[in-house]
Amino acid sequence: MTKITDSRLLLELSYNIRALIVKMLSTAGSGHTGGSLGLADVFTALYFNELNHNPQKPLWPDRDRVILSIGHVAPVLYATLAEAGYFDKSELFTLRKIGSRLQGHPGRDTGLPGIETSSGSLGQGLSIAVGMAIAAKKDNSGIRIFSIHGDGELQEGQIWEAAMAAAHHKLDNITAVVDVNGLQIDGPTTKVMNLEPLGLKWEAFGWNVIGCNGHDFSDILRAFREAREFRGKPSVILASTVMGKGVKSIENNHGWHGRVPSSTEAVEFLCQIDESYRIELSKSELSK
Amino acid sequence: MSYINKGDRPTRAGFGEGLLEAGRKNPDIYAIGADITSSVGANLFAGEFPERFISLGIAEQNCAGVAAGLALMNKIPVFTTYAVFSAIRAADQIRISICYNNLHALIGGAHAGISVGPDGATHQALEDVAVMRSLPHMTVLSPCDATQANLLTQKALLELNGPVYIRFGREAVPDFTSPDDYTEIGKAQIMREGNDLTIIATGHMVWEALQSAELLAQKGIEAKVINIHTIKPIDKEAILQAAAETGLLFTVEEHQITGGLGGAVAEVVAEQGGARVHRIGIPDSFGESGTPDELLEKFNLKAHRFSPIIESEYHEFLRAGRK
Ligand SMILES: Cc1ncc(C[n+]2csc(CCOP(=O)(O)OP(=O)(O)O)c2C)c(N)n1
Ligand SMILES: [Mg+2]
Repeated sequence: MTKITDSRLLLELSYNIRALIVKMLSTAGSGHTGGSLGLADVFTALYFNELNHNPQKPLWPDRDRVILSIGHVAPVLYATLAEAGYFDKSELFTLRKIGSRLQGHPGRDTGLPGIETSSGSLGQGLSIAVGMAIAAKKDNSGIRIFSIHGDGELQEGQIWEAAMAAAHHKLDNITAVVDVNGLQIDGPTTKVMNLEPLGLKWEAFGWNVIGCNGHDFSDILRAFREAREFRGKPSVILASTVMGKGVKSIENNHGWHGRVPSSTEAVEFLCQIDESYRIELSKSELSK
Repeated sequence: MSYINKGDRPTRAGFGEGLLEAGRKNPDIYAIGADITSSVGANLFAGEFPERFISLGIAEQNCAGVAAGLALMNKIPVFTTYAVFSAIRAADQIRISICYNNLHALIGGAHAGISVGPDGATHQALEDVAVMRSLPHMTVLSPCDATQANLLTQKALLELNGPVYIRFGREAVPDFTSPDDYTEIGKAQIMREGNDLTIIATGHMVWEALQSAELLAQKGIEAKVINIHTIKPIDKEAILQAAAETGLLFTVEEHQITGGLGGAVAEVVAEQGGARVHRIGIPDSFGESGTPDELLEKFNLKAHRFSPIIESEYHEFLRAGRK
């Protein structure tokens, strides 16, 4: 797929994806809005710039792999895949419906193009990435593995088992991305179970740690580039994000982790998304 | 046909040999180490194929996930540790990362059953079959001796395509089958014919069942003996035929009587058969420390302990005019 480098184009895509997320979740009637919106920019940068993939050939053996460890943000994955051309956008509106390939949490058995693994039980994705990365190294292949995590998810012990294994086996073909929104279901991560000092933890586990603003495309692309160029250790990108980003009225509100807008709220949210897009666009014009 | 013990050997040794042999035949087979590589028999493979042995330390949940990742990249991973830790501690990871993805991975459950002995309840896997059997896509194997463990391990790796759980024991037990015996995953083996009742056994208990049949024969009772080495998918046909022929079935296993072989047989018979099923195994309790023999005695899992149970149940069955 041709890589998009123009931040304004990426911005437009990410806000299209946000609008799709709101529409599909509101149609579904249940699901996870906050985390999905917060990750829209990271997913856009990943699928429209960083990733080596081909939506027309989803099973191309040499593709990079994306492991969504936090299955609850499936809407951002589905919307991004549809926007990238893996399947028709109309299918997004079958989310969570009986017979749909868009399961509430990704199910690989549905055969939805672009789904590399089933997920939904938190904490498992990094281990899968480790297995894939070992296999890629054994095959002398240049395939890279991206695994996407939540900050709350990092409370699972298995993550740290996998982190240790990735460093031990020098899996520099892994880039883990953590959605650092500081929130989880019960509230702020600092209250539920503090993760700080998070960067030092990853460093102590033998990882190359990269920070970035998860809503600034040039910064996200820089982080991906640093991870790509780093040798000898796996890289983790700690992406600072805002849960619900793009819909001002729900930003940073953990109550929206697993809530969806009603149809009237959805109209309101779409207006807010439009407005946020204009603001972000003018900011990026200014900074040029 | 009668069976002779060629000499005691642990089923884990058979697993280790089967893994090595399969590894020689297929270069995509990888073994994962969880810090007990030698005692589960994977050291043979690790020694010959160090580049295909991946050490991950004491981290079973991670091991199951790494196995999934390897399988997603078309390798055939083998993750083996004590059954309590592979099948039970990592059950969620096996469920989601391996089974929901329907991946060809072999999960080994070593040191299964009460005969682990002195390590006590924490290390005696008595629920692994129940957990693994209930997972969609999963095949569950339980070989009766080292020879069969070798054979089934190879078949699981080289012939199947999907998640497989294989359980085996720690202790040296009679090795009595032949590599030439007809062995097919999903097909029960009729080890002995008899018209009065049927003993259906799995794992180490198959040998005990054969001994029991001899003891019962001395009392004039002819027992048919079936080896269920594949607990899932279970051979319904063989069970229903035995139910029709003898009307009285006994299951014997080193596992809780709920959810394991006994549960599986009872399900088949309750749905489609009309026989009486009596389950012999661990009666909804934890194990404890002791020598393997002491524990097998205590839980009535030695032929001379469960034969009298079978005998009195048989007479009760006749008195009730069920035959
Ligand atoms: C093993 C497991 N435990 C609990 C849950 C329920 N759960 C789903 S999302 C979530 C919170 C995750 O927090 P975080 O990773 O920060 O994601 P965010 O809320 O920021 O989207 C929980 C507890 C789960 N899916 N899996
Ligand atoms: Mg969070």
